[in-house]
Amino acid sequence: MTTSAAPQAPILTVDGVPLKTQLHRAERMNRIKSLALIAPLAIFLILVFIVPLVAMLKKSVDNPEVHDTLPKTSAAISHWDGKGLPAEDVYQSLIADLQVAYDNQTMGDLGKRLNTELPGYRSLINKTARALPFDPKPASVKAAMTELDERWGDPTYWQVIRRNASAYTPYYLLASLDHRIDEQGQIVAAEPEQAIYLDVFARTLWMSFVVTILCLVFSYPVAYLLATLPTRKSNLLMICVLLPFWTSVLVRVAAWIVLLQSGGIINSTLIHLGIIDQPLQLVFNRTGVYISMVHILMPFMILPIYSVMKGISPSYLRAAISLGSHPFAAFWQVYFPQTVAGVAAGGLLVFIMSIGYYITPALLGSPNDQMVSYFVAFYTNTTINWGMATALGGLLFGATLILYIVYSWLVGANRLRLG
Amino acid sequence: MRSRLTRQALTAALVFSGLQLASAGSLTIVSFGGANQEAQAKAFYTPFQSASGTQVIPADYNGDIAQVKQAKDTHVPAWDIVEVESPELLRGCEEGLYEKLSWSRLGNASSFVPGAVSHCGAGIFVWSTVMAVKNQGVQPSSWSEFWDVSKFPGKRGLRKGAKYNLEFALMADGVKPTDVYRLLPTPEGQNRAFKKLQQLRPYIQWWEAGDQPQQWLQSGQVVASTAYNGRVSLARRKGSPLKTVWRDSIYDFDSWAIIKGSPNKDAALKFIEASLKPGRQAAFAEMMTYGPTQYDAVSLVNKKIQGDLPTSPENMVQGIPLDVVFWALYGDKLEKRFSSWLAGK
Amino acid sequence: MLQPYATPVERIWYWAFRILCTLVVLFLILPILVIVPLSFNGGSFLVYPLQGFSLRWYQDFFTSAEWMRSLKNSMIVAPAATLVAMTLGTMAAVGLTRAEFRFKSLLMSTLISPMVVPVVIVGVATYLFFAPLGMSNSYLSLILVHAALGVPFVIITVTATLQSFNRNLTRAAASLGADPLTTFFKVTLPLIAPGVISGALFAFATSFDEVVVTLFLAGPQQATLPRQMFGGIRENISPTIAAVATILIAFSVVMLLTLEWLRGRSEKLRTTAE
Repeated sequence: MTTSAAPQAPILTVDGVPLKTQLHRAERMNRIKSLALIAPLAIFLILVFIVPLVAMLKKSVDNPEVHDTLPKTSAAISHWDGKGLPAEDVYQSLIADLQVAYDNQTMGDLGKRLNTELPGYRSLINKTARALPFDPKPASVKAAMTELDERWGDPTYWQVIRRNASAYTPYYLLASLDHRIDEQGQIVAAEPEQAIYLDVFARTLWMSFVVTILCLVFSYPVAYLLATLPTRKSNLLMICVLLPFWTSVLVRVAAWIVLLQSGGIINSTLIHLGIIDQPLQLVFNRTGVYISMVHILMPFMILPIYSVMKGISPSYLRAAISLGSHPFAAFWQVYFPQTVAGVAAGGLLVFIMSIGYYITPALLGSPNDQMVSYFVAFYTNTTINWGMATALGGLLFGATLILYIVYSWLVGANRLRLG
Repeated sequence: MRSRLTRQALTAALVFSGLQLASAGSLTIVSFGGANQEAQAKAFYTPFQSASGTQVIPADYNGDIAQVKQAKDTHVPAWDIVEVESPELLRGCEEGLYEKLSWSRLGNASSFVPGAVSHCGAGIFVWSTVMAVKNQGVQPSSWSEFWDVSKFPGKRGLRKGAKYNLEFALMADGVKPTDVYRLLPTPEGQNRAFKKLQQLRPYIQWWEAGDQPQQWLQSGQVVASTAYNGRVSLARRKGSPLKTVWRDSIYDFDSWAIIKGSPNKDAALKFIEASLKPGRQAAFAEMMTYGPTQYDAVSLVNKKIQGDLPTSPENMVQGIPLDVVFWALYGDKLEKRFSSWLAGK
Repeated sequence: MLQPYATPVERIWYWAFRILCTLVVLFLILPILVIVPLSFNGGSFLVYPLQGFSLRWYQDFFTSAEWMRSLKNSMIVAPAATLVAMTLGTMAAVGLTRAEFRFKSLLMSTLISPMVVPVVIVGVATYLFFAPLGMSNSYLSLILVHAALGVPFVIITVTATLQSFNRNLTRAAASLGADPLTTFFKVTLPLIAPGVISGALFAFATSFDEVVVTLFLAGPQQATLPRQMFGGIRENISPTIAAVATILIAFSVVMLLTLEWLRGRSEKLRTTAE
């Protein structure tokens, strides 16, 4: 870049404009052109990636059912303090709302939502809606409804509506953290039967940690070998590392099942050799998940460490040894510290990728080996509970984001190297 | 309001731009996969395809009603026909997931066995959830022995879900098969079933796809497993030394249902009608050893195979029918409890 | 490596290191070594010893309507996604390297973030977004999301190539009167082509191997090869799966060799350009 050479006195271009201004102008043009080149991708990613993610995060606090289906009631009940029974106008609003909902056939989601808060609520509102309109018009709707079903005289049922009258709720996020809001509006611990997610998050972090450590332990020597072997041999070894990297994850999962199952190749070989008499349980448990995850993620550890090691001159180590240092001490004190950047990069990358894993635990693990991603998929595909799916997904996304920021800050995203 | 308008405009633009491939002229049929679907392809899809010219696109799922809902809730339903178990048929019919069937187009309703004909569903076959074990040495022969890990060490396969497992757990706990559905609606009965499951928990390997139990038994991964009776017989015929335990099994119908809003409703009805013909039913029964739902089909089935059908007199008396109404009512709650239980410790 | 005057302890360490490395490499390639022979097995179980040689599982694959449909779907989705990712990614990479501006590293981090966001989250988010638009169960949504997942690879490889690219060449072209577009296609593109192509290969492999987003976004009509394999692995690991796996492995070998060749070429280009 010759443009940075600073002139002492204003130099003019042929047009008579100071060179500095002209340069600034040119640089600005250049910057605008660059941004114009980046813009299509940026817009594309905003549309198909960032907007969906933000919409998903919003969905985790969405609580549309009561607010949208019972608009009048939601407005009226906000004046009630939650003690005793609500006033007559709330009752009137509710029957008005229910009639509209019944005619528009929008009772389904409302019933489902209320029922998750208080079992039996679905049948209560269906029964009430079917009985409408009251004929003849009663003097007190409150009395008529309580007569229709005595549960309308129980404040608990009204508190559920009051709690959910707002279009947003922390309900799902709290449930993802094993907490809930009780009848009095206080945040309390969830019932033990439902309190499973903190365990799941802990398990996810722990499993990712173990995978990262295992990857590191096995990758470091291989990376060292790659960096120190003569070019020809190291190229061959590199292909051995990269081939699995390029092979479909599903192919590898299939191969591990074939290898690891009770009648599989490893067990039958060990039995044949007389080393064991009962097959070892190697798959559909934690062991299987670890083995395949380490296998899949190891290249992401080897490559960054290798690229750092390749830049280290072997003469440092030789110098240390020739100055009388013990080879191990020399390695530990001279060589290893220089590779820490690669280790950190690889470790963070592997950890980030691990915490989002889904396919491998789903195909090779037992229910106790499933990580957060599994529950996100479970609530999406098996029970269609968008609130829980997006809340768990949002928390997982948050964790990934923090780690990624750390990664970008420590390593620099632009320093990512592939192959 | 504006966002809804733009959304509609966008949708219309996408549909008309032809980027979304229309599924007309083909029929997407979703059923339980593996061997079951292979047999269905031979007995139902291929003959229908060559007779009508309508292309059948098969897909598989594991019976979750949520997936049916999701398939229905897309802009154009992603599925046309789905194979469902009875509780899901009843619930889905009430929740408006399926088209009402015009039986006049499907044949004479009185020629079907009781239970096969309903508003939204047409019974394809009768199948049993049985216990499968290896056909060698002494093996578990009752649910209490299935639970007995000291007598029969090793893992057990159970289908991931509450349905069937709660029943078997109660039977293992000494409840008479006829009392199971009197106990299960009560909290005590449910707690008792979960407690019994908890006891076996470390030894359970959960299966989701119907071909897994046979594979696991074959490879020694499990010593006993619940399984779909047809798949056990099929594996046996292919040379796997497996045995079916009919005692205290549970039988149920699988039915065809048409997803509400399917653009291919007419072709779907034609397909269902064709697949229910006695000849097709018998062909399927011979491949899968599931019981036909047409009276006329029973006699067409090869005599050698009839003893393997859940509908054979000696097998039927050993089993109980699934309580469809119970599961339609309590399914949601119990499945939810089950999944929390499974995820916990 | 091992000096002739090494002490016995050093010798032990040296050999332990060698053995450990051999074991790790064996671990890495073992699954691939094991599954390939099984696809030619005459018997119908995935066990050794093999019972004769047979191509029946390949025949199974090539004559099955479902497998062929899924192959066709993959061949629609992956190239289309690659094309989108390659075009947008290359443009952005050129833009990112030709000027300095504020928040550049933040922008870069954002553009390659699809690589680190868990795919399940991408799947759920895009499903929730596309389904109300009537775009779930369509090739279009699948192609767009796969392209987004492939973009980071294109950016990374192309920026890496561009960083060693001699900017004087474009300046020379411009001073000789070439317009920017001509300069790009005649000068820049031929020189960065290896980077673009390897990025495209990564993007292709990403889409070709992607199953999670496909699980959420694709209906039965759009089921891709990995989706079909996912179902197969859950249901029944038959030798047909081994045959598909072997075909995919052969495919990866070809891609890997192409990539190595490209890398060699780009290094050569770089040295001659300097």
